[in-house]
Amino acid sequence: MTTDALPGARPAPAGRAPAGATGAGLLPAGAPLLELRAINKSFGSVRALTDIDLVITAGEVTALVGDNGAGKSTLIKAIAGISPPDSGEMLWRGKPVHVSHPKDASALGIATVYQDLALCDNLDIVQNLYLGRERLHLRTLDETTMELGAKRALADLSVVTVRSIRQLVASLSGGQRQAVAVAKAVMGNAELVILDEPTAALGVSQTRQVLDLIKRLADKGIAVIVISHNLRDVFEVANRIAVLYLGRLAGVAPAAEFDTQTAVEMITTGTRGARPDTKVAADGEKDA
Amino acid sequence: MSKTVRPLETAAALDAGEVPAGAPAETLGQYAHGWWTQVRSGQSGILPVLGGLVLLVVIFQLLNSNFLTPANLTNLMTQGAPYVILGFAEVFVLLLGEIDLSIGYVAGIAATVTLQLAAYPNPTPWWLAVLAGLAAAAALGFVQGLLITKLGLPSFVVTLAGLLGFEGVMLYLLNNNAASSGGTVSITNNILSDIVNGNLSNIVGWVVMAACVALAGLFFWSRDQRRRRAGLSATPAGLTLLKIVAMGVAGIVIVVICNTDRGRGAPFSGVPWVVPITLVILVGWTFLLSRTRYGRYVYAIGGNAEAARRAGINLARIRTSAFVLSGLTAGAAGIVYASELGSVSTSVDGGTLVLDAVAAAVIGGTSLFGGRGKMLHALIGGVIIAAIANGMGLLGVSAPAQYMITALVLLAAVVVDALSRRGSTATR
Ligand SMILES: Nc1ncnc2c1ncn2[C@@H]1O[C@H](COP(=O)(O)OP(=O)(O)O)[C@@H](O)[C@H]1O
Ligand SMILES: [Mg+2]
Repeated sequence: MTTDALPGARPAPAGRAPAGATGAGLLPAGAPLLELRAINKSFGSVRALTDIDLVITAGEVTALVGDNGAGKSTLIKAIAGISPPDSGEMLWRGKPVHVSHPKDASALGIATVYQDLALCDNLDIVQNLYLGRERLHLRTLDETTMELGAKRALADLSVVTVRSIRQLVASLSGGQRQAVAVAKAVMGNAELVILDEPTAALGVSQTRQVLDLIKRLADKGIAVIVISHNLRDVFEVANRIAVLYLGRLAGVAPAAEFDTQTAVEMITTGTRGARPDTKVAADGEKDA
Repeated sequence: MSKTVRPLETAAALDAGEVPAGAPAETLGQYAHGWWTQVRSGQSGILPVLGGLVLLVVIFQLLNSNFLTPANLTNLMTQGAPYVILGFAEVFVLLLGEIDLSIGYVAGIAATVTLQLAAYPNPTPWWLAVLAGLAAAAALGFVQGLLITKLGLPSFVVTLAGLLGFEGVMLYLLNNNAASSGGTVSITNNILSDIVNGNLSNIVGWVVMAACVALAGLFFWSRDQRRRRAGLSATPAGLTLLKIVAMGVAGIVIVVICNTDRGRGAPFSGVPWVVPITLVILVGWTFLLSRTRYGRYVYAIGGNAEAARRAGINLARIRTSAFVLSGLTAGAAGIVYASELGSVSTSVDGGTLVLDAVAAAVIGGTSLFGGRGKMLHALIGGVIIAAIANGMGLLGVSAPAQYMITALVLLAAVVVDALSRRGSTATR
């Protein structure tokens, strides 16, 4: 890697400054970052994903919604390289890429945040944020630099007050843990952050903190994919909503073109019911 | 990763108000509050254990006034050293959430190899014999580590097999070598004998102690200064000073005790060699665990192996090498043990040794569930185990009762471990 992996190097407000594993900086908001073309994935006779075409844009939150078994997890596993698709094409910044391993994904700048899988309870916040990319000084851990970097990373995301950056992750609330997990993902120069059910186990105020955090990521120019079952959360943070139905993309459109009722309809039936005049982009992109 | 040279000044210039995380604890009061929160979240630190040790000492002294004599205390140090070092060995694997039941006999094999090589009829130099013993021990750890990581076998089972198999190896070596007779190999080398039975001269004892305390004090102090310069919260200066003073007092007490004449007839005094040897191992392994990437990964794997894997850590390599370090350290314990006994014989009981080692680590505060613990725990726990054995020996408590009391202490430590583990996750 050639760039400074510390998010602190990125001027906080603009969010367009040099960053990213490629060293080229984040794409401007609205630019297509990741394009999926005809992605297919089967598990034996189960077609988990069928011809998924989806464009993820920088600086936007794309919500991935759908009933249980619709294929949401399968889709993000394909993007994250955990379980590559059977066929289809992936374009990253316009160039075809093959993501066949989680390492490929993180090298591109794709970070997936799994609740409770990302953090070591017995380590403190600084140690967790730098796990696997420790800073060394004379071959020993450079705690001072790491603590300063961690402070910046959290301040950068305006992460809710933690008592001490040296407290163990075990002592954090669910929202704080989620925030630390996200900060850790972003510190690796993520350009695309994927969150699977980030608010699932959280209370009201914790959920609020995480939603604010998601918005802030997008404000910084990072593309975000959020899976959520909670439509209220989805409508609050998402710029665009993609609905999966039985492994097919039932529709994708700016969040403003949805209301709760149509969203529920599409999730449960895969179509927009009896109002063909308002049929939304069931077959492609229609960015606002 | 590139080397990023970031001037600390710019970072420190960050307005403190912008940084919500990391509330500085510059006063003793804040520090005490932070400490209490830590205790409640399951990191009680070593103070409660030290309190337990003091209580134990007071009880034994009240029951038998011979307990706190310089001769007996020095005796306790040399008796405790093998348990302490074997405890160090166990800490490596306990931190990973694994266990190593074989290290008692790994120690026995290392001792046998060393003593046989250094003995007549064909004595090799003592240091070569020691290296060979340590290498044998590390190799045994390596083989077990490979079986555990490459085949995914539970460490409990693999090292249980080691416990049985290595006893066989030790017995075989003791019974089939020209250097041993009747299943016993005796120490014929003065230096090997001196590890436990030799003493630093009184003057050297003072100098070494003063140097150790000065170095440690300098280390703590400069670390705090570095953190302050970077604008980070540091331990209050008063507390650091208190720590250094406490270390100095402990050092002085130990040297005074050891330098008191404990000879019967002829004058005999000084700090046993094994004391600084144990300290060197303690400091070395503590440094490895707390100041290097390797140590950080050991803790990470013990805390959440999946998270460690996702962070790009090579689990198999860290796990295997921890078993190697465990074996190596057990080898050192075995050589110290042999030096104390003056010989190795077929009656060495590696089963009891390993249980005492686990007990030492756990009593000191290392978790059986992985991810929590320190080398220092094995030192304190080992001293407690040795004190119990020594004190009960003085009181003439029978062997069965000694076993049962040690078992109760271990059980109490495990209960505390389990409870504090629950406490640490209940706060979420
Ligand atoms: N590893 C797997 N093996 C077999 N079938 C799977 C596997 N993962 C997912 N599936 C199937 O693929 C479909 C989509 O699953 P998933 O992506 O987990 O849905 P969602 O996350 O939207 O609830 C389901 O029918 C599920 O049973
Ligand atoms: Mg799912």
